[in-house]
Amino acid sequence: MQHEVMFAGFGGQGILMIGKILAHAALEEGREVAWIPSYGPEMRGGTAYCLVAISDRPIGSPIIKNPRHLVAMNRPSLEKFAAKVKPGGIILINSSLAPDKSGRPDVDELAVPVTDIAKDLGSVRAANIVALGAFVARSGIVSFESIQAAVKEEFAEKQKLIPLEMEALEKGRQAAAK
Amino acid sequence: MGKTFKKPEALTDAHTHYCPGCTHGVIHRLVAEVIDELGIRGRTVGIAPVGCAVLAYNYFNCDFQEAAHGRAPAMATGIKRVRPDLMVFTYQGDGDLASIGMGEIIHAANRGEKFTTIFVNNAVYGMTGGQMAPTTMPGQRTTTSPMGRNVADVGMPVQMAELLSTLKTPGYITRQSVIKPRYITRAKKAIKRAFEYQMAGKCFSMVEVVSTCPTNWGMTPVEAVKWAEDTLLSYYQLGEFKTPEQEG
Amino acid sequence: MGKKILMKGNEAIGEAAIRAGCLNYFAYPITPQSEVAEYLSKRMPEVGGVFLQGESEVAVGYMLFGASAAGARVFTTSSSPGVSLMSEAISYIAGAQCPCVFVNIIRGGPGLGGILPSQGDYFQSVKGGGHGDYRMLVMAPASVQEAVEMMMMAFPLAEKYRNPVMILGDGLIGQMMEPVEFPDDLRTEPTDKDAWATNGMETRGSDKRNLVKSLYLDPEMLNNHNLHLKAKYDQMRREEVRYEPFNLDGDYRMLVISYGTMSRVCKTAVENLKAEGLEVGMIRPQTLFPFPEEEIREAAGKESCKSVISIEMSMGQMVEDVERCVRGRRPVTWYGKCGGEVPTPEEIMQVIKERIDG
Ligand SMILES: Cc1ncc(C[n+]2csc(CCOP(=O)(O)OP(=O)(O)O)c2C)c(N)n1
Ligand code: SF4
Repeated sequence: MQHEVMFAGFGGQGILMIGKILAHAALEEGREVAWIPSYGPEMRGGTAYCLVAISDRPIGSPIIKNPRHLVAMNRPSLEKFAAKVKPGGIILINSSLAPDKSGRPDVDELAVPVTDIAKDLGSVRAANIVALGAFVARSGIVSFESIQAAVKEEFAEKQKLIPLEMEALEKGRQAAAK
Repeated sequence: MGKTFKKPEALTDAHTHYCPGCTHGVIHRLVAEVIDELGIRGRTVGIAPVGCAVLAYNYFNCDFQEAAHGRAPAMATGIKRVRPDLMVFTYQGDGDLASIGMGEIIHAANRGEKFTTIFVNNAVYGMTGGQMAPTTMPGQRTTTSPMGRNVADVGMPVQMAELLSTLKTPGYITRQSVIKPRYITRAKKAIKRAFEYQMAGKCFSMVEVVSTCPTNWGMTPVEAVKWAEDTLLSYYQLGEFKTPEQEG
Repeated sequence: MGKKILMKGNEAIGEAAIRAGCLNYFAYPITPQSEVAEYLSKRMPEVGGVFLQGESEVAVGYMLFGASAAGARVFTTSSSPGVSLMSEAISYIAGAQCPCVFVNIIRGGPGLGGILPSQGDYFQSVKGGGHGDYRMLVMAPASVQEAVEMMMMAFPLAEKYRNPVMILGDGLIGQMMEPVEFPDDLRTEPTDKDAWATNGMETRGSDKRNLVKSLYLDPEMLNNHNLHLKAKYDQMRREEVRYEPFNLDGDYRMLVISYGTMSRVCKTAVENLKAEGLEVGMIRPQTLFPFPEEEIREAAGKESCKSVISIEMSMGQMVEDVERCVRGRRPVTWYGKCGGEVPTPEEIMQVIKERIDG
């Protein structure tokens, strides 16, 4: 089974980073992975997105028009990509910055105010990690231990931030459970 | 500026794609105002560089050509030689003009080609993501000089206005800036003078404009202006370096 | 083999060169390969190597020529417009028989084109973008791992033939992140170049000087020189063809030829069609020069095979080579796109179904 997750939001929201952390966690679990960024003129100031493919078999086409899941960190990315998600997938919406409806009755929709949660934790910048925690908890795409390890690895050179990021993951998990 | 807040005719209605705090937009406006004031829009051809200003033709409302990276002065030469009556300007960044296009600009200036070059010096490669340029300051960190520009390894930043004014062929060479309102009036005068020399069939003209690139400098627009004023302007001094009236 | 790590194609290419034993890199920034230069501007100083950003791709081409002629292992990376500017140097390097490695992370053309993935530089790479009778050995990776392996093979091959080798990727290979490991067995020592390199007579302990040049004013000498070059290219044709066969065992009704990123999409399409009960065979050239001519000819000639299709992110370049191989024994068609949008597996399945019986 191949899972594809699209992470989308503003440039600067750490979109590419959470995609990379998820890919990393899956790799450590022995899965096949590919991380495909958006690059090109639309990057400047506009929407940033990346796609992570995770599979038990070698990944064929890295060109994926219809991802299984979507993590939409802002309104434009929800509007742009919600319709592309495969039926039965998860759409995680950052309800702090986007309306908490995707208009897709055929998906598992999850609205989490990740920006507000991150603000409460003391750093807006951790919003991406809150979203990652919520998505992983809901999808079970990798184990929670794997994602914790991958986040620690990502912040290995910024040890000071690790407690905050762990807390952010955990808050995400709790929000997804509600 | 000041007087005309109305959009010049030589600019289109398009919103520019430049980052907040980028000076490309201001420079476009000054050039457009000069084109309007001289009434030459109908016989002006601009040449876009390869750099952040590659889409300049979406913002200028006159004929335009798109050059390969660094080759705008050669294309301008081509136009002026077959149609001396057209008013021609190139609009180039520092990677475009001072690195890959160094040969073209020197030879065009030395032949005294009668076109005008607007040279936007922001001390980095903007479009490609902030790599080191020939104009990058000593110690300045860029994506290809992560420890800061090491002058023992790659030399000192190139001062194009000074370099071109050493040529014996008559020309008009000046360096201006637009980072603060008080520089802008003078910059516009210089651009106008450059176009007037061209109109009179007199000489090659280049206006170097010291600019900002907050995005790739990793600064806010306000920080960028301060850094440009403190660091760039002390190395890239403003003023007239050469006029055709003076002997070369 | 080491541990698998996640790396962006561009960075993995830079690291692979170092692992292969190449510590000299010259380049000029251009999207979508600037990350190689950015990575190596940090990494080369760490390993005591040379990193220099040249003033243009024209200059970079000759920095490689000079360094290589002086006996060093050297490489560069660029993208289409930059490779056009290097093409003059590539011709001189081939003429003077120096080993260099060029990486082209192709973007859309012609002219400024776009910056998204493309395979529009097939002719430029395979048929010679510069002047004169020369060939490069061209390898086209379909994954980041394969880019790493090809990079590591490129240096010994360049030295074996004293000829430029090109790695032809596309924007996706450069930008994508995949797991990679750096195979130990591809680590090679540079070969002995004393016989020809201008590395200084003292260095090689000889009082016979070496000359690196490509000028032969005497017609007979120039002809002989070109015959010698041709002999090398013929040897490549015999010894260096690399390709991946896919689903060729069964009774396939159509044969797909595709390389690089495009071939991954085609592979998925072929797998999906198989699941639907439709057999399609595929050959993925890993070397574009030398081209797997015999293999394509043979696979196309199979009884069950009714037609051949070349699927490429260009407006029909490789298809000319495919036609040359098939020699009219089966109808050959082309499908592709080159604006930067990579065709999807569904799109390829549709095209195959429409054309399956020729
Ligand atoms: C032959 C060639 N080499 C490299 C590039 C990639 N490239 C595009 S813009 C650019 C540099 C832009 O910097 P600059 O001229 O300083 O202008 P800015 O973007 O800062 O305004 C480069 C290297 C190209 N398009 N063509
Ligand atoms: S990258 Fe720099 S030069 Fe380009 S638009 Fe942004 S601020 Fe201006």
